[in-house]
Amino acid sequence: MPSSLARVLLSSLVEAGVDFAVSVPDTLFAEVLEKLESVGIMHVPVTREEEGVGVAAGAYLGGKRPVILMQNSGLGNCMNALLSLNKTFGIPLLMLISQRGGRGEKIVAQIPMGEATIPLLKAACIPFYVPESLRQLEEHVVGAAKRAWREEIPVAVIVRRELGEEDRSD
Amino acid sequence: MKRIEAIRCVMEELDGELVVCNIGYPSRELYSVRDRDENFYMLGSMGLASSIGLGLALSTKKRVVVFDGDGSLLMNLGSLVTIANQSPPNLTLIVLDNESYSTTGGQPSYTAGKTSLAKMARAAGIDNVLEVKSPEELKSAFNESKGKTSVIIAKVEKGNADVPIIPLSPYWIKKRFMKAAKGNRVQSQV
Repeated sequence: MPSSLARVLLSSLVEAGVDFAVSVPDTLFAEVLEKLESVGIMHVPVTREEEGVGVAAGAYLGGKRPVILMQNSGLGNCMNALLSLNKTFGIPLLMLISQRGGRGEKIVAQIPMGEATIPLLKAACIPFYVPESLRQLEEHVVGAAKRAWREEIPVAVIVRRELGEEDRSD
Repeated sequence: MKRIEAIRCVMEELDGELVVCNIGYPSRELYSVRDRDENFYMLGSMGLASSIGLGLALSTKKRVVVFDGDGSLLMNLGSLVTIANQSPPNLTLIVLDNESYSTTGGQPSYTAGKTSLAKMARAAGIDNVLEVKSPEELKSAFNESKGKTSVIIAKVEKGNADVPIIPLSPYWIKKRFMKAAKGNRVQSQV
């Protein structure tokens, strides 16, 4: 039985028309990564986030609708590509970013990037959504994807770790 | 062989293949040799030519040819690992290795020292890795590589050809490229 978070994310990606994913591993997304192929989304694990932005851009040029799944610590690893590739050419990308360094974070090294994530997105003029519940997560993923394809830009959804603990009874 | 000669001899072999070209002078040289809708000229994001080529090759049935550089590939060595494991048979990665960062003033790269990109590509798990030094060798390596995930390391002279800046907007480069690539897409299995 999939967790609520994994179920919501997978169905939102399908509803958004996403058919290609690149990823750098993350605990919060572990189950999603495992099941992407089973819902018809081609999945290419990459070695580093910047590489993933490149692979996703190539897939888009070939007609795919790509998503990147990564931790917020990876945002710094791909900033130049998001700006000098995606923004320069008008290449859309849906970004699912799991948030480390928030409330209850136990690893001290995650905190500075956790605090810098939203300021970095703002500085790069990359629109982002921070859903507060699983229901909102679905709306935001579908909305962010539509906005990315329509405006031909990268758009981020920040997935806070608390959403992994929420369980929906329906 | 000069880098522009290497680019020219590959371009003479092409029909409808999709081309992704590295940032800087290589893209300018390609534009002056043979501009076509199927060329994607990278203008930023140094290091990502091979990654863009991989994503493209996984999404289209057409052959994808990437012109990369030694300095650029050294910036994104993990790409060799992902290419080896995904192994799209329609991807040919040509590394124009001049053992230097030509666009930024000719600083030596580590391929001038102890590092062999061919050995690194093989160690990453790519089976078809070829090393060439002349236009004739490059041409035959390119034709032999059809239908196999391939890396061709082409040693070229240092320096850039005297060619102008590409007078196309990034958005236009993307639009016409995507139009040319259309119709050869790989369908997702749902």
